[in-house]
Amino acid sequence: MRFVRFLPAVLVLAVALLPLAVPWLKIILTVALAKGLAVLGVVVLLRAGQVSFGHAMFFAASAYSAAFLMQGFGGMDLAVLLLAGMLCSGAMGAVIGLFVVRYRYIFFGMLNLAFSMVLYALLEKMFHVTGGSDGMAVGRPTYFGFELERTAFETALFYSSLVLAGAACWCVHRFLRSPLGEALSAIRTNETRLEYLGISARRVLLIAYVLSAALAGLGGAVIAVNQGVVTPDLGYWIRSGEFVFIAILGGAGNVLGAFAGALVYELVRFYAAAMAADVWQMILGFVLLGIILFASRGFVGLYQDLVAVAAPDRPGREREPKR
Amino acid sequence: MSAILLEARNLCISFGGVQAADGIDLDVRDGERLAIIGPNGAGKTTFLNICTGYLTPAAGSVRFRGRDITALAPRAITRMGIARAFQSPQLFHEQCVIDNLLLAAAARERAWNPFRPLRERPERDEMVTLLELFGLAEHAASMVDELPEGTRKLIDIAVALALRPQLLLMDEPTSGVSSLEKFRIMDLLVNALAVQGVTSVFVEHDMEMVERYADRVAVWSSGRIQSVGPPDQVLTDPAVMRDVIGV
Repeated sequence: MRFVRFLPAVLVLAVALLPLAVPWLKIILTVALAKGLAVLGVVVLLRAGQVSFGHAMFFAASAYSAAFLMQGFGGMDLAVLLLAGMLCSGAMGAVIGLFVVRYRYIFFGMLNLAFSMVLYALLEKMFHVTGGSDGMAVGRPTYFGFELERTAFETALFYSSLVLAGAACWCVHRFLRSPLGEALSAIRTNETRLEYLGISARRVLLIAYVLSAALAGLGGAVIAVNQGVVTPDLGYWIRSGEFVFIAILGGAGNVLGAFAGALVYELVRFYAAAMAADVWQMILGFVLLGIILFASRGFVGLYQDLVAVAAPDRPGREREPKR
Repeated sequence: MSAILLEARNLCISFGGVQAADGIDLDVRDGERLAIIGPNGAGKTTFLNICTGYLTPAAGSVRFRGRDITALAPRAITRMGIARAFQSPQLFHEQCVIDNLLLAAAARERAWNPFRPLRERPERDEMVTLLELFGLAEHAASMVDELPEGTRKLIDIAVALALRPQLLLMDEPTSGVSSLEKFRIMDLLVNALAVQGVTSVFVEHDMEMVERYADRVAVWSSGRIQSVGPPDQVLTDPAVMRDVIGV
């Protein structure tokens, strides 16, 4: 049963090698990784017990910033687009965050939804600037100075996204275990005590919110260049709901769960849409119901149960806090 | 005489028709252990709430080391050196004991490196030593919500002490603890306060505890201070015996 411990590494390796066997799958996997980055942002906020039903606004803002940069400069490098996307959504997160971190729970969720719908309406209605519901085309950027053919660019984008996902996972994992991350958890469990430690809960949540927005922005920039077009749908509330859905599917509050959930979600969606075009949403719904009923801690919870079965009395480990 | 650490002047606050503080004047001296006694609803906890910024008085002021803290938020007051332990322990129940203390230590040190895990903080040994002062080192890795109420109360106080405050305000530190245990707990607590050189104010209902552990006692009655002085004088005052002790 020792192999269970290596299961995540095996899965990562499988994802990395899959496009070599099935080249067309890399587009779908890149979409999954882009959404996984945005879901990671949602996961950061879930650590504080806050659910954002509007995080797609940062995803869309970043995607549109990539489109504007490509159109404005007649081309751009991928690295610049990713960085600009993150900065744009991070800055937007800082401004919106100043307002929303004053609220908790349903009010926090609904305010995020309201802001996202404002952005969606602007993108949809400002036709002369944003192209309205037709959106904007995003050309193929250079890849660290190199002009690549379409297939080579898609492959490079996929592996870059995989590296970015790994780096984001590591950073967020470290962040959540740092004093700031632990203070973020404390917002969920005892905000009063947090204030009596001299820590501003709002400030902690604002930092997490900006990080969360920047992650969603990174995902948005990836999806913009992957799809080659951005539309207001990227910021629609259904997209925000999708991110929350995936976070629960993967294991609410878990870093790896964000990507596990996003990969399964995209693959189920793709195959369900291909095989049962009219009812694929229903299939996804049943998958989520199954997860909630039989594995409420998502895929990561299932994996942790497997590890516990494989090594019930592993000595020498300090007890991990509940999440 | 020791210097005055906390200075409350003419504090007034009411809730509906109830006057919870009606011209409270009180000094807390550096290094002392001051007990606050009085019947339920007399305004004892309200006084702690005002001193820690949870409530803003309608009138009056609170000064800490000469600085006005009346309108400051709890976190600002905490940073100045006033910590608080609650009647009902306020802990992070999804984290283990040592993490609760380490978070307090990180807050004290303003250590917010986002990539350095809390558990790798250099204050870890200091926090274990603090737990040892309370006889709780064996519970360092235990989850807070698995421990009995009395132990959680001590951890709540340990978390407050992890901030290295100059003044610690405690609301009934031994309530909910068996009568056999409370003297042991109070001995540990008084020892920890002495080791750290912390001035303390504690609300208490048990006169035996007050007599044994307080340097001074203040008697609250309907939002006013009825009497202040050494325990042997105050607790033998006929008016206090009649109104508060019920003898």
